[in-house]
Amino acid sequence: MIHTENLTKSFGDQVAVDRLNLDIAEGEVFGFLGPNGAGKTTTIRMLTCLIAPTSGRARVLNYEVGRDDEQIRRNVGILTETPGMYDRLSAYRNLSIFARLYEVEQVDYQVEKYLKLLGLWERRDDAVGEFSKGMRQKLAIGRALLHEPQVLFLDEPTAALDPEASRLVHDFVAELKGRGRTIFLCTHNLDEADRLCDRVAVFKTHLRVLDTPGRLRQQVYGRQVAFHLGGPAELFLSQVKSLPFVDQAEAKDAKLIVTLDDPESRNPDIVRALVGAGADIQFVGELRYSLEDVYLQLMKEDAPAAG
Amino acid sequence: MDKITTIVSKEWAEVFKNKLVLFSVLFLPIILAIIPLGMLIAFDRIEGFETEMNDPDMMRLVGQMCVGLSPTDCTLVYTLNLFVLMFMILPVAIPVTIAAYSIVGEKTTRSLEPLLATPITTVELLVAKIIAAVVPAIIATWLAFGIFLAGAWLLAPPAVFAVFFDALWLLAILVVAPLLTVLATCVAVIVSSRVSDPRVAEQLSAVVILPLILLIVGQSVGLVLIDRQLMIVLGLIVLVLDIILVYLAIRLFQRETILTRWK
Repeated sequence: MIHTENLTKSFGDQVAVDRLNLDIAEGEVFGFLGPNGAGKTTTIRMLTCLIAPTSGRARVLNYEVGRDDEQIRRNVGILTETPGMYDRLSAYRNLSIFARLYEVEQVDYQVEKYLKLLGLWERRDDAVGEFSKGMRQKLAIGRALLHEPQVLFLDEPTAALDPEASRLVHDFVAELKGRGRTIFLCTHNLDEADRLCDRVAVFKTHLRVLDTPGRLRQQVYGRQVAFHLGGPAELFLSQVKSLPFVDQAEAKDAKLIVTLDDPESRNPDIVRALVGAGADIQFVGELRYSLEDVYLQLMKEDAPAAG
Repeated sequence: MDKITTIVSKEWAEVFKNKLVLFSVLFLPIILAIIPLGMLIAFDRIEGFETEMNDPDMMRLVGQMCVGLSPTDCTLVYTLNLFVLMFMILPVAIPVTIAAYSIVGEKTTRSLEPLLATPITTVELLVAKIIAAVVPAIIATWLAFGIFLAGAWLLAPPAVFAVFFDALWLLAILVVAPLLTVLATCVAVIVSSRVSDPRVAEQLSAVVILPLILLIVGQSVGLVLIDRQLMIVLGLIVLVLDIILVYLAIRLFQRETILTRWK
């Protein structure tokens, strides 16, 4: 669906996107994460033919960026960083303008469909300037979907939204995913990416990592299991470290944290070893790091190079 | 074509909901239509109105215009002619306001990016923006001139109206005025895509009015008399400028530059 080969964009001497290689499959929700100024919006703009790449290639829906721009624009939807609605016009008018520009055949049907789907039908005749941020964002999402694009680019869809409005947007994205749309999601909200995305890329001018959220956790932290003991964990640390399948272990108060390749088959061995050494095991659980932890860790690793 | 009409109707719906723009579009034509008619009504009561025509230099300049007319009637014809020149300001002033708010407005509301992400071409977008500014200006100019003409026909002596109502002014209002509108709009489009405040765009674009003001001042102090030949030359010059400016407006409207520079 989306394929890039060494996609690069420079503004003068400033490289915004450096040799980006991506392959995004049909129906995939792809998270594009990175700090402010990382080049995420520039990447979206190149893939939606708003700006031209300096070098490299990109294909969207088998159309070549730079050659088939009109076809790409016709077949993708974009939610820009700011909703950019016509404030003096009604919600209905705003959507019908874009439906016509996207050459939608049944303008009224599509506009009604999305206004109803997004819960804005009752406010259809109100000027958008009177809408809350959440309502404007929802309307902008509707605008991006009017022409039923196969690929949808969402640039910070929940930025500055309250939790309730964010939830609505998340539910809507999940629903679109269910309908097989390919979604390219640029976000700062790592919890959002964790919940919605099949794969995520951490990007800062160049691609840092790309994988599923689960595998990224594993790459950065490995799989860690915490054994909560009845006393100081330090007493049993050497016992556990001596086990051949244990990669790493550390004691934190009454907690013994063990890094393992295959916790499912090795946990019983560790439990046996600890019980044999006289430990009281209260409970055992796998440590689950958030995508935010992974992201911050990656950014920390990147910092010296950037500095 | 459908995309152009969509943008044009969007522009009108949006721009005319802006009270400042609406006021600018309506105020000037109304004033220009009313003032000359008021002067025609008051003409008989104002003493010394015709003394200007006793100036030998002025008489030499307007001599051809006033053949067979009394100095008073000649003054009236001369005054009416001056007012028609004022009507040439409308096709320049009105579109500048509309175009400035239309393009800079897209900047301030950040609505240009989603618009450019649609399959609309740059040419379609700019043609729509130009039509949206040009058509109301031409309609307002023609309406105001029509009111002025009807008033002049009713209020001025028939001999004065017969001399005044010349093909020159029909040429000016029906042909040169629309050409001036396109010129002013293109200047406004070019300026607007480079500034971020509609008022700045409006003020910079309004520089186009200056040559017209000079022409009006020139005629009012007797330096120049606008005749049919001068109007044709003026029309041709504006036509050439229009072609150049439409080309430049399209060339200079770079999607990428505008998107990446507009903050």
